[in-house]
Order: sequence, then C-alpha cells, then structure tokens
Amino acid sequence: MALRVDDLRVYYRTLHGDVKALDGVTFEVADGEIMGLAGESGCGKSTLGKSLIRLDGRMRYVAGHAVLDGDELPIWDDSAMDEFRFRRVSIVPQYAMSALNPTRKIGRMIHELLRSRGVDTHKAQSELDRRLALVGLEPGVLGMYPIELSGGMKQRVVMVISTLLDPSLLIADEITSALDVSTQKAAAQTLVEIRDQGLVKSMIFITHDIAVLYQVADTILVMYAGKLAEKAPADEIVSNPRHPYTRLLVSSLPKVGVRYAEKELTGIPGRPPSLLDPPSGCRFRDRCPLATVRCEHEPPWVEEDGRGIACWEAVPARTTVKPLVGKAG
Amino acid sequence: MLRLDHVSKTYRVGTLGRGRLTAVRDVTFELHPGEVLSVIGESGSGKSTIGRMVLRLLQPTAGSITYDDANISEFHRGALKGYYRHVQGVFQDPFSSYNPIFKADRIFGMVHTEFFHEVGADEWRRRVSAALESVALNPQDVLHKYPHQLSGGQLQRLLVARALLLDIRYLVADEIISMLDASTRIDVLNLLADLKTRGLGILFITHDLSLGNYISDRTIILRHGCVVEMGATEKVFGDPRHPYTKDLLASVPILHEKWRRDGTRATAAARPPEEAEAPRLVSIEDDHLVAAG
Repeated sequence: MALRVDDLRVYYRTLHGDVKALDGVTFEVADGEIMGLAGESGCGKSTLGKSLIRLDGRMRYVAGHAVLDGDELPIWDDSAMDEFRFRRVSIVPQYAMSALNPTRKIGRMIHELLRSRGVDTHKAQSELDRRLALVGLEPGVLGMYPIELSGGMKQRVVMVISTLLDPSLLIADEITSALDVSTQKAAAQTLVEIRDQGLVKSMIFITHDIAVLYQVADTILVMYAGKLAEKAPADEIVSNPRHPYTRLLVSSLPKVGVRYAEKELTGIPGRPPSLLDPPSGCRFRDRCPLATVRCEHEPPWVEEDGRGIACWEAVPARTTVKPLVGKAG
Repeated sequence: MLRLDHVSKTYRVGTLGRGRLTAVRDVTFELHPGEVLSVIGESGSGKSTIGRMVLRLLQPTAGSITYDDANISEFHRGALKGYYRHVQGVFQDPFSSYNPIFKADRIFGMVHTEFFHEVGADEWRRRVSAALESVALNPQDVLHKYPHQLSGGQLQRLLVARALLLDIRYLVADEIISMLDASTRIDVLNLLADLKTRGLGILFITHDLSLGNYISDRTIILRHGCVVEMGATEKVFGDPRHPYTKDLLASVPILHEKWRRDGTRATAAARPPEEAEAPRLVSIEDDHLVAAG
C-alpha cells in the first residue's frame, strides 16, 4: 500500500471559526494506482491534496494520519515535511505558469533546486534530458525563460521537475483545468506515461472534471462537503454510480452527442452546506432525492466488491455497521 | 439581426506597438433572434475578440458589424445606449465583473438610474425580483450581499438577471460557465436555452465542445482567428470535415469512451503569417461550410 490516509481532518482558520474543509477522510492508494479525486469547488479535494504536501498558513491540522510506504507523514510539522517533499511526495500545481521563477532560465532553476536538495546536478543531467524527451520537450527549453514557453510546455516542464527525484506519490492538482482540449489530452496522457514508466509509484489526480478522470484514473474517489461520498474503479463510477450524489453528478454532464433539444439534462438543485457549521448526518441530505429519516445520522462507510460508499442506501435496514470514524487499518 | 461582415481585428503588440497580431481574420456570420450560435475555439483563436467587438468594446480593424442593418460603430450617445438596451454581455470571471465595494442591489440600482429612471421604486423592485426569480435566485439571499459573499454561480446568474432587466434581444455569453461547478453549470446552460426559446439570440463563446454541442443551434469553429468550419451544430459535430475539427473532437474527454493511446503529442500549429488571407470557405451541404486547404 503506497498511501494510507486515516480520518484526516484539516480545517481553515477564519474570523468566524473553523471551516471544516476536510472532515475525516479515510482511504488507501495502492502501488501503481492513479486515484482520481473528484468533487465540486469547496468539497475539500484540493485541501486534501495540499495537506499531503504542505499546509498553508490558514490551514490547521486537527486529527488523523497519513502513512506513505510505512512512514507517517508529519503533516502538522512544516519543517519535518521538508524531508518528504519533492523526494517522496511531490505536486504538480494547477497554475504551472506561476510555479516557475520568471527571472531564471529553466535549466538554472532546476539546478538550483537540485543543489538545494543535495543532488549532484551533473549526474542528474542525462536523466533530465531523458525525461524532457519523455514529455516531448527539446533540451533547448533549459536555456529559455518561462515566458518563452506556452502554457502546455510550462505544464510539462513542471511535470518533469516534480517527478525528477522519483517521488513515491505525485499529486496533480487540477492540472488540466487551465489548458485547451488538445493540450489537456497531452498533459493527462503524459502523467499516465510517467506512472507507466515507474517514475512515480502512485498518483492522486485532482480535478472537477469527471470526464478527464475517466480517461486517466484507475479509481475515482468522489468527495462532497469535506467527506467521502464514494470510491470505486473509474468504469464503475461512470457507468454504475451508487451514491445519489455521484449519480446526479454524472448524469448532469453534457457529453458530445447529447443536445438540449433532444434531452434536457438537469443539475442538482441547492448547494453544498456551509462548512463553517456543517449539519449533522449526511451532508448531501438537503439535496438528495432519496433522503429519509436515517440520513439524519451520519452514514457509515460501507465497503464491498472493491468499492466503498457512504450512504444509508447501501446499508440494509437491519444490519449494524461499524462507523468509519476511528476505524483502524 | 446581428451580422458580422468580413470582420478582422489586428492588435498592435510588442515594444511601441510595432508588431501586429491579427486576432480575427475575415469572419462573416449572422445571429438571429431565438438562436444560440456557439463560437468554439482554443485560447488565442479570437473568440473573445469577436464577442468584444459585438459589444463594441473593441472596434474592428476591417469589415462591419450591423445590428438590424445599422452599423454599430456609428452609434453614439442615445443610439449607443439604445444598442446596449438590446445587446448585453456576460463574461467568464464573475469575480472581476463586479465592483467589490458595491452590494448586489446597487448593481441593479445603476441599471435603474441609467436606463429606467421613469420607473417607480416599487415597480423596479418587482422587476428586479422577477428577473432574479427567472434565473433561480432568491432576492433575499443575494440583494444585500457583497460580491465576495456570493458563489460564482450566483454571481453569474446575477449578471444574466441584470441583462434581463434591460430589454435585451441578444446576449454575448463569453465562457460564462467555465468557472462553475458541474452540478450548477448545467442549470445556467438550461437557463440560456430557456431564454432562447423566449426569443433571445445568444452568442455562446466557449472552448468546451460538449457544452457548445449541447446548447447551440449553429456552430463556428475558429482557429487562429479564421473560421475553420461552420454550420448547423448537428452537421459540424456529426460530420466534421476539417482535420482540425476532427482533432478537437478526438481530444474531448468523453464518458464511456477512452482516448486512443495514439502517442501523438498535440503540437500547436504555428499561426499563419500576418499577411496571409483567411482560407476560403466552401459549402459542402446546406448550412455547412468548411475552410478549403
């Protein structure tokens, strides 16, 4: 098991109190797995990605564990995480353009970065060239400034840098969202290639776009309002979703071939609850067409046939299920 | 009817504006009431420039844009105000479209004083409520809030409501749902389709092919400022003829259908030289034009 996250809670400090952006999530990512992380804005998916690499100033670690290849990630300790960042956990951020130093040539920037990690830059050079070729860049980009590259090229440069030390876990945060359709396809396929070549062991691919996830991810984890809704193989999420939220979300996607005149799609009425003071019970309750009295209690996480779901619908009426919170292993 | 007739737009770029960049090259189309026309292109294709020219935020370098046979660049003062009563735009980033220190009701108040000062306060409140209802917003929820207190979807619908308060006939919707969540974007899209059935003409500018396909009656595919393919949506999407259109359609992520692992990398074709002419459009069938060459 490459990564195991156990009841992780990370809140945002605000003047009005804590925003419970990540409120107890438990999941595992297998070796070689690309796990897609989907959800609407504010559901906590980016918070989850950031928590595994660096908490920013407003984020507060509350509880939970993340274990990567047997070692616990010291999420709460910014300087202790230094040892893990870039070497064992790495991130490709959404805005590659703002991830690169505009005053440095790409090559010099990479060398400075490697030196800061105590890596021999001369030994790394041939590997660097090989990886640039892998993502389809000429070695000449090393002599260029970020401004001379297109958005897609910058994205690929950042992918090369992030994976240069063969991290175990790569977090790709909305990397395709700012790209055109054709560059989006290239970027997403490059990440799959990076995994296939074994440069990273496993990957968390965060995006709001389920159609992109379906193309690249092995499994998809759907989040809603700071909690997990459903995790299943990508095919299953798309063709046989079980959580009411996933079902509505997938059916609201316009696909090429579906037209308003022939079939009117519907969105999900209402909006997610405020995470400042989230309601008890199932957080999707207010928008859920299937909600019953049971939903006033928090639904347990039920796992079967390699998929998991947090919904009372999946629980036979008379069985008792151990709650997810506090579950070990 | 809105008509663009051989419209081109060249920007001055570089130091002291010595360089030239032709963003839109010889584009001709018409937009009728009760029709959604999608303008689809990747970044740098000139799609937003077209929208801005229609809204008269930019002047075309060549060609003309006419509204009911009057050239919009000749509108001044009263005539221009009359034009904006009928033609309005909503843009991509709802957060930068608002003045951050104005509450939402003040946005509507400005429309009141600017365009409808003869309307009484009670009647105006009734109209604002009706406009908000029609975009599925609850007036109590939004009117006394600052922009930062509202979600992106709410802000975007507020802008549509603001446009509806005017007597609009055409709406330029420039990427209005690309910043919204999946579960709410379809509602904004359905709202546009609903407005269309009530007779509004919509210029729907987007980079997202599946959205364009879902909502539009007619489609224009743009590349580097030139029309590559245009016509009835079911013809352009169902039977794409230009290689670029085919490439685009093959790159769109579709549920239930995996990308082919063709290993080809998207290589952006270079922009055509500044002096080049736009490729000629050839009619293949009724209402389906494809660029030659």
